[in-house]
Amino acid sequence: MHAVFLVCGLIAVAFVLLITVYLIASGLPAIMQVGLGNFLFGAVWEPTATTREPSFGILPFLLTSIYGTAGAVVLGVPLGFFTAVFLAKAAPPKLAAVVRGAVELLAGIPSVVYGLVGMLVLVPLLREAFRLPAGDSLLAAMLVLAVMILPSIISVAETALRAVPREYEEASLALGATEIETYFRVTAPAAKSGIAAAVVLGVGRAIGEAMAVLMVAGNVANMPSLLTSVKFLTTAIASEMSYAAVGSLQRQALFSIGLVLFLFIMLINALLNLLLKRGGKGGRG
Amino acid sequence: MRTSPQKGLPLRRRAYGGAMRVLLYLSAAATLGLLAFLIGYILYRGLPGLSWEFLTSAESMLKETDGILPAIQNTVFVVLVTLAIVLPLGVGAAVYLTEYARSRRIAGAVEFAAETLAGIPSIVYALVGMLVFCQFLSLQKTLLAGALTLVIMTLPTIIRTTQESLKTVPQGYREGALGLGAGKWRMIRTVVLPSSADGIVTGCILAVGRIVGESAVLMFTAGMGTTLQQFFTAGGFTKSSGATLTVALYVYAKERAEFGLAFSVAVVLLAATLLINLSAKLAARKLKKR
Repeated sequence: MHAVFLVCGLIAVAFVLLITVYLIASGLPAIMQVGLGNFLFGAVWEPTATTREPSFGILPFLLTSIYGTAGAVVLGVPLGFFTAVFLAKAAPPKLAAVVRGAVELLAGIPSVVYGLVGMLVLVPLLREAFRLPAGDSLLAAMLVLAVMILPSIISVAETALRAVPREYEEASLALGATEIETYFRVTAPAAKSGIAAAVVLGVGRAIGEAMAVLMVAGNVANMPSLLTSVKFLTTAIASEMSYAAVGSLQRQALFSIGLVLFLFIMLINALLNLLLKRGGKGGRG
Repeated sequence: MRTSPQKGLPLRRRAYGGAMRVLLYLSAAATLGLLAFLIGYILYRGLPGLSWEFLTSAESMLKETDGILPAIQNTVFVVLVTLAIVLPLGVGAAVYLTEYARSRRIAGAVEFAAETLAGIPSIVYALVGMLVFCQFLSLQKTLLAGALTLVIMTLPTIIRTTQESLKTVPQGYREGALGLGAGKWRMIRTVVLPSSADGIVTGCILAVGRIVGESAVLMFTAGMGTTLQQFFTAGGFTKSSGATLTVALYVYAKERAEFGLAFSVAVVLLAATLLINLSAKLAARKLKKR
């Protein structure tokens, strides 16, 4: 039976290899053809231009993904951090259970539902507030993403805060610090790797989200600015894959975007693992 | 660690404490408020369009009626097929990791693979599923191709939860079984797996949650068909394309601008999410009791 279970385990490894190999094999040709520099740093994405040479620069998508994620993190992390401190330390147990249930439910809501509410509430709201012709914008995407990454930030940060040894807090209290001072000046700094991991996890979620963003960001390959329609790395794939002709350079370039996204995520995962490992050690010591 | 309010504190420190406490409560209130708003708004927009007929019929151009029975069928089908494949694979991998692995290198590789799979965004799974299952294995855009892609996506969830619960099985159980003369496989089958069943169930529920909520993968690998599936014709499900609930919602909202219907689907999805969360909690509670 050993062999059977070994095979089950190796299948997981095989899946990762399969994904890596397929993405590289299908993503590299377009990058080779366009040129790595032109692909990554070209500012114009016009894969189907007919009057001019089609161009395949994904800089607008790259920057949009980075700005959008940064915006979501800036908006979501403070709220997530304070909610996590509340849940881990300050909340009466019954209230904590209610809030924790709410966070779990937020985590379970499908992304298209977030997209739908964003599309019909947030987008019109932004249009009115800023007197725009259309409210689909980077800002709308940031707000939706901020809400969507909130549950993962809260739960990871809460776990990290709970893992801080009680002695630290007791020592701080005994030295005359108040409870609140202890939470923010002793507990939170002691849990900093875990909290950083929560932020990095949020970054990973935000960079990878496609459907909700697709519904609120407007999907035009503009250079990012807060109130214009933009395309993320994910939504470029999602919105163009259905009509890019099979075998065309456009379709291959979309696979290349997938490869770039994959590399981004691998980088983020490596960082996450590093932080979690360090957090684990810090929690014990 | 409640302490009595310290009266002798300087005003600045008291103000800091008060302000931070207010901020903590406000944040929690904002999180709660966000959920309340989401649920309230979805119910407000979606409930009017929800009827028994909407849930139990397919849409009909002739009668000009809408219905999401096909989407419900497709969702259930994808969940069942995915679980049927991923469950043995994931549990097997977890058993290997906790019971059999002697080579640290292989175990490390499997764990690294599971972590990597867990982090890959769904749009990348969509691309790979499309390339591997729809094109290379020429399954076309079918529910089967969708389910197979989701197998890869949910594998890490099953591995991780099963592994966690296998670790909680007391070592004494294993030694007892081995001491009574059971072989290793018999020990795993009759002692270890049954006593970690709750954890495996929790993993399944989490996986169901991911499958029900997934949209990008299914849009690219399972397509958007809305016809009622024939249960009893050979290969009906495997050969046809079909939209699950999430994909149906997306199509209603983005391509047909039928927002009322989209919200009605959202109500169904919300109810499903609630159900999944409650059952996960129930399973976890049983796990704790043991």
